[in-house]
Amino acid sequence: MQNNFPNEGMSVIVKTITRFTVWLIFLYGLYIVIHGHLSPGGGFAGGVIVALSYVHLTLAYGKNFVLDRINKFAMNSLEAIAAILIVLTGIVGLWLVGRFLANFLGIGTLYTLLSAGYIPILNIFICVKVGMGLYLVFYYLASFKPQEG
Amino acid sequence: MILYIMCFFLFLVGIYGAITKRDLIKIILAIGIMGYSVNLFLVLLAYRSGALIPILVEGLNIPPNMMVDPIPQALVLTSIVIELGITALMAALAIRIYQKYDTFDITKIRRLQG
Amino acid sequence: MPVDIWLYFILGFMIIGSIASLEIKNILSSIITIGVVGLGLSLAFLFLGAPDLALVQFVFEILCVIILIRAFAKRSIEVRALRRDVPETIVAIIILLSIFVLSIFALADLPSFGKPIVRVAERYLANAGAETGSQNIVTSVILNYRIYDTLGEVTVLFTAILGSFTVLRKLGRKKRHAE
Repeated sequence: MQNNFPNEGMSVIVKTITRFTVWLIFLYGLYIVIHGHLSPGGGFAGGVIVALSYVHLTLAYGKNFVLDRINKFAMNSLEAIAAILIVLTGIVGLWLVGRFLANFLGIGTLYTLLSAGYIPILNIFICVKVGMGLYLVFYYLASFKPQEG
Repeated sequence: MILYIMCFFLFLVGIYGAITKRDLIKIILAIGIMGYSVNLFLVLLAYRSGALIPILVEGLNIPPNMMVDPIPQALVLTSIVIELGITALMAALAIRIYQKYDTFDITKIRRLQG
Repeated sequence: MPVDIWLYFILGFMIIGSIASLEIKNILSSIITIGVVGLGLSLAFLFLGAPDLALVQFVFEILCVIILIRAFAKRSIEVRALRRDVPETIVAIIILLSIFVLSIFALADLPSFGKPIVRVAERYLANAGAETGSQNIVTSVILNYRIYDTLGEVTVLFTAILGSFTVLRKLGRKKRHAE
């Protein structure tokens, strides 16, 4: 994709290396989230790794490059929507099983990827919520200018 | 026993920083140190010597008394995540204070009020 | 080597690192030193049989250091020499040392290292595979047995992040309109 802000961020070497590493970090975060019920990790660690891939991009290319591609309002609402979806999962459990946040899906076979009922779904929601929220905190703290009210 | 005492000493180092330092950033770091020591203390209490990590392995039937206690680990996981949120909140407050008073020194912040 | 020896080494390293980070004058070095202490904590979790916690602590420590550096390094990168009150510091150290001596008696009553009292966890460890279908028992505790804890945690994190947005945002819409 075309870079509209070539003068921001770090040197050309860092930008070239970033192009190769940032999607590896992102995919590793997704792997950690999806395999949260099989191996160490889960929604929190995976969400922060996803956020760190955005932070990596921001540090290397400057914040305007990232804002060109990702809408800040969309990230903000994605975080809130993920929080609502966690509660909705609980309400579905209340409706189908009778307890708030009860496991309404089948357990499946142990040691396989599609198992453990609603745990992978909750992991994905938590990943979106934590990742977007912490990246936005980083963004606001980094771009805060004292002279603007 | 000595490990618990060392862990408590780490907590006291955090309290020392929080009550004697005049720099807001140092106070934030001291609160972080206190959080580290509390997390480590909970996990130290849960450790069982010679035990394995609490993850089931296919084909191996590990008896329950050969695994580490998972409940303190779950609680500490919660605590670590919240600590980062609180650190970000404190950093935001410190930046606002710096913008208003032009200093991180807590004694001068009191003097310039009004 | 047994786990104890490694933990003595790591804890001593963490104590020295914390004191150093509190006493260094340059704020950038101070933040980096706190990051090193956090990575030492991650290593300690790995030795204590908690790979979940080691991963989470490692990743969060990196993000914490990046946030603190971006927030503070630009504003106070210069070496600052704040004068300290010597009597206050001496009184604080005396009080803290007396608390430390008293704590030794209290900590002697705890179960010794490596022999925990496990009641509830026995049931979780025995039945987690059959009841939740999750291979990782820590995940099955945080997302199935104690899901309300996680719900509260997500709420607290959401509130903390919302608080920092509120503190950092520009002027409110109403106030800007009035100017």
